[in-house]
Amino acid sequence: MVVETAEKIFADLADPQTINNDKKDAWRAPLWQALSEAGLPLSWVPDDLGGSGASLADGFALLNAAGRFAVAVPLAETMLAGWLLAQAKIASPDGEMTVVPASPKDRITLNPDGSLSGRARGVPFAKAAKHFAVLAHGKDGISIAQVDAAKARIESGLNVGYDHSDTITLDKVQPVTIKPAPKGFDQTNLMLMGGVARSLQIAGALEAMLDISVRYSNERVAFEKKISKFQAVQHNLARLAGESAAALAAATSAADAIANAKAFDDEVYLEAASAKIRCAEAAEKGGAIAHQVHGAIGFTMEHILHRYSLRALAWRDDFGSESHWAVELGKLVAGRGADELWPLVASR
Amino acid sequence: MTAALRFDPIRLPPECEQLRKEVRAFLAEEIAAGTFDPHKPNREDTDAPEFSRRVGAKGWLGMTWPKKYGGQERSFLERYVVTEEMRVANAPTRRFFVADRQSGPVLLKYAPEHIKMEILPRICRGEICFAIGMSEPNSGSDLFAAKTRATRTDGGYLINGTKIWTSSAHIADYMIAIFRTSQPTKENRRHGLTQFLVKMKQPGIKVNPIGQITGQYEFNEVVFTDFFVPDDHVLGEVDGAWKQATSELAYERSGPERFLETYYVLTELVRAVGPNPDTRSAEGIGRLVAQLHTMRRMSVSVAGMLQAGKEPVVEASIVKDIGTVWEQQLPHRVRDLAAFVEETATNRETLERQLDFAIKTAPKLTIQGGTTEVLRGIIARGLGLR
Repeated sequence: MVVETAEKIFADLADPQTINNDKKDAWRAPLWQALSEAGLPLSWVPDDLGGSGASLADGFALLNAAGRFAVAVPLAETMLAGWLLAQAKIASPDGEMTVVPASPKDRITLNPDGSLSGRARGVPFAKAAKHFAVLAHGKDGISIAQVDAAKARIESGLNVGYDHSDTITLDKVQPVTIKPAPKGFDQTNLMLMGGVARSLQIAGALEAMLDISVRYSNERVAFEKKISKFQAVQHNLARLAGESAAALAAATSAADAIANAKAFDDEVYLEAASAKIRCAEAAEKGGAIAHQVHGAIGFTMEHILHRYSLRALAWRDDFGSESHWAVELGKLVAGRGADELWPLVASR
Repeated sequence: MTAALRFDPIRLPPECEQLRKEVRAFLAEEIAAGTFDPHKPNREDTDAPEFSRRVGAKGWLGMTWPKKYGGQERSFLERYVVTEEMRVANAPTRRFFVADRQSGPVLLKYAPEHIKMEILPRICRGEICFAIGMSEPNSGSDLFAAKTRATRTDGGYLINGTKIWTSSAHIADYMIAIFRTSQPTKENRRHGLTQFLVKMKQPGIKVNPIGQITGQYEFNEVVFTDFFVPDDHVLGEVDGAWKQATSELAYERSGPERFLETYYVLTELVRAVGPNPDTRSAEGIGRLVAQLHTMRRMSVSVAGMLQAGKEPVVEASIVKDIGTVWEQQLPHRVRDLAAFVEETATNRETLERQLDFAIKTAPKLTIQGGTTEVLRGIIARGLGLR
């Protein structure tokens, strides 16, 4: 149900061609309003905390659909923020949210006086957010807080997909609400969850890139035939299909693992880290093929391809890049030892 | 069209994990008894008939087939577990692998009842070895250019011609081959080939081993001279083999053997690197493991579709394309990463010996069982480009 509702809204209000033609950003407010009215940004927040209480699985499927439309409003970010707040039983406020930090390298500190300090780079849609869901490290462990965005210093920036990716600084900011995180919950869990969300978005974008590339190759004529009839083009598109399939398989497998896991154990770590690594690789390889098939027209702002290709590349950077996760996964595997590698892979 | 490409996250059911324990225990016993060395990937020219019978006795051959033919009526997912555990252990599977994966299912579908009753139980017991007679000296990827003739004679056919690159033909008891029974028609160039069951080791068949660049003799030239095949050895429709070939492909192309062929070098790299890898080694291993995990999830997903009675030919082709390219590159990536491993690492010698073999094996992986080019053609057709 969640996915069908979302797809209808995306089709009506987030058509990539319409958005691409709209130089005044008039599409943004009606899309957010429709998503909010349908309760989608708070999909992962239980009813009693102000959300719509959808399952993790439905929420992941919704993010995959959002990727297929290259949705450029803070839907994933608000979903993740609501999910983070709900971990500490904090009710979600209305409006756009994002999560802080959004990189495994940044750290927010809970000061003894109950205020929060620290700097977080590459925070997606911080500029558009009304509240932040913050994970903070204090002397008694991890806390989760709701912070008024107006109290943070925001240096705005754009990622390679032209979406906001901002640096936020908290300087002894008093949170609206703060509660201890549940036992065992840490920043790595948040990064893995965010990474899987991004993986599903990338997989969705690749599905769309495959679709529009196949369609274009069946229309475009060169050397007196459709370019889809050239074997070199066919084989490139077959590789794009492979990358798209690999991204989808990795992302949906990781989503399924998290949705059914009791804890963020080694198996979930393998699934989530692998998804981010493999989807990021697919974004690079698959996006390059989609551009190659389209030729010069795909390199223009007028064409919708860049809405997918650049966003997929940008999403690689959020919640830990593939390089980060590869190093971490490699350490995990090496630490377990050679003879424990196959049992780990075969555990899924 | 793209909506048709699905790789749903199939999980292996609980009975698979029990089975996996049994397979691992069995393989550990075989290794302890000296049947094979798991660090030595030499399956290709090792024939292990006794091992084959012991695997059969466990009920792990033809395990998805009906009980009346000696099968166990277990699931494709259970078969998947047995296959991947054998492969990762470098067990000597070659005597039974082709029969179990491919030849048995063809016989189940197309052989007359008395042939099924005669042969299938023997496959399940691990007694007999199969070869596949497809390629000819002038017909490789272009299967339907095959010229070896099957000429009508009293009670059957006389076979004349040559098959080539036929794996295991020198030890095989049977071959499932395609021969030309009619000329192709103007409308259908694929018309005129028929699938046959051939009993090997008989007069009229000459098997000549061909040396491979690995130093092994695994494939062969098989010459037929007025070799007689009885009528009841015709499999399926006369002149209609082209209709039967495609359903086999999903089984043949999506299994764990399509990305685990050189897996052993990754294990040995992890061993050589030790528990505290530097950043470069850690990143390299992490990427390879992520790629491996993803392919396995895709492959298991296809096994789930087969279990559900689907024919995921395009999905299976994608698994083989990505999987074989990966396993081909793996020894080279491992070599890169091993370049800075301590010279004193205890298993350096094992890793280098394995790399030597894996690097020589690598070129064939994207050729055998459907070249990368053929696979991409199939995927392109699935995308509506052809």
